[in-house]
Amino acid sequence: MHRGGFRAESAEGWAALGGKEREPAVDIVVVRKLIKDYNGLRAVDGVDFAISRGQCFGFLGPNGAGKTTVLRMISCFMPPTAGSVSVFGLETAEHPSEIKSRIGVMPQDNNLDPDLSVIENLTVYGRYFDIKKKDSLRIARVLLEFVELQDKAGVQIDQLSGGMKHRLLLARSLMNNPEILILDEPTTGLDPHSRRAVWDKLNHLKKKDTTLLLTTHYMEEAEKLCDRVAIMDSGKIVTVDSPSHLMKLHGGNLEDVYLKLTGRSLAD
Amino acid sequence: MRIKRAFRVWQRHWLVYTKLYKTSFALNFAEPALYLVAMGLGLGSFVKDIHGQPYIKYIAPGIVASSSVFAAVYECTYGTYIRMTFQKTFDAILATPVNLDDLIAGELIWGATKSVIFGITIAIVIALFGLVESPLIILVIPCIFLGGLIFAELSTIFCAIVPGIDSFSYFYTLFMTPLFLFSGIFFPLDSMPPLVADLAFFTPLYHLVIVCRAFTSGSVTNALGSIVWLIVAAVILAPFPFKLMKKRMIM
Repeated sequence: MHRGGFRAESAEGWAALGGKEREPAVDIVVVRKLIKDYNGLRAVDGVDFAISRGQCFGFLGPNGAGKTTVLRMISCFMPPTAGSVSVFGLETAEHPSEIKSRIGVMPQDNNLDPDLSVIENLTVYGRYFDIKKKDSLRIARVLLEFVELQDKAGVQIDQLSGGMKHRLLLARSLMNNPEILILDEPTTGLDPHSRRAVWDKLNHLKKKDTTLLLTTHYMEEAEKLCDRVAIMDSGKIVTVDSPSHLMKLHGGNLEDVYLKLTGRSLAD
Repeated sequence: MRIKRAFRVWQRHWLVYTKLYKTSFALNFAEPALYLVAMGLGLGSFVKDIHGQPYIKYIAPGIVASSSVFAAVYECTYGTYIRMTFQKTFDAILATPVNLDDLIAGELIWGATKSVIFGITIAIVIALFGLVESPLIILVIPCIFLGGLIFAELSTIFCAIVPGIDSFSYFYTLFMTPLFLFSGIFFPLDSMPPLVADLAFFTPLYHLVIVCRAFTSGSVTNALGSIVWLIVAAVILAPFPFKLMKKRMIM
């Protein structure tokens, strides 16, 4: 079922769309003793955390730290080897469709459908959520405006620049008006201008009370967006705290914090 | 698996197909027409009647059967593999309420649908050549769906276990080509050593050819045994594409 939210009748852009009903600050994602083994390697090694509604929660760490694997388990892509993941109070193993109908996923790699045009990428995606064709077209147009691609509706995907594809992926992840938006390195590979544009959109979503989960290895991104960050290293969470508190405790910026906590720099 | 969510996947494929068919549809007619002309008229002028039929009439129903199953095979080997790996279409779909079982069911039903599209197209071609005797040929449509489903299942199984896209050559050379040649399309298998006919009995294309031939000439009773064979095979094979794809995609 498509959840409410896109109630605005006139398409006055994203701002005109209704926000989500405020619910009390409860833990919307709860992860307990999570373990994931891959080809004999332990990618995620006993991770615990909880995220409350409306927060922006970041996973910070170098490649191979296990950030993406954690996100993939939260978004019901793969089952945990051990431990539990619950989203909206539902276990991912038992209610994948129900959970997925209420989250949005923006992948790290472009997986737009090259056989479809820009707007079809959105409407076909909306159809997987059982959004009616008429609603889906309206939502798609509003979202194209939100990511400034309204002039590209009929264009084929291979004619878009990298930054445009990125923004279209963001628009697509919002088709179902998700309560949680999961972003895997949302700005990796973008030029500074496009990066700032994505940050603006994400801040906008935060104001609308969307819970954001993201992975990043950019300190600046974590400082700008996240209410709390989990610093990950070799499949474990080293610490979870607010960026400002971490910097107060350990001094300097998040880069220094990371170096201090893990004994190595993020570039490793 | 939820049939509605599988249908959403089918709808995506249908949309893409209807967008592109204008550029490729004529080719659907071309290949079987070439076979009919080259084999039926060319080779046929040197061949005596088979079972009382001119050669072109003998091979026509077999061309319907083989062209239709090849459509499912192309779709569920290269098509599925490209969507699963290079295009990452599967990843995008799996982020929605559609789960892997729904997705695989959608792929299989789409493969079978492609068989039906091609089967009907080629049946029209052979009808235009004047090679259809009975209006019962309409009944061949569900049988072609069944045959297409079996080949979609086999192709998806192969798709789930191949290390790379080049490996499909094995599937085509070692599996599809022998079936194409030894399923009674171009000559009756009773002209071969008995072992060939015995082996052919265990392959799906052989039975689909029998069914197509029976319906084209209007002798339906000849098809009943083979229809049962196709149903049983489709059911027995069904769990494997799901199990093996789960293993590949999730584990």
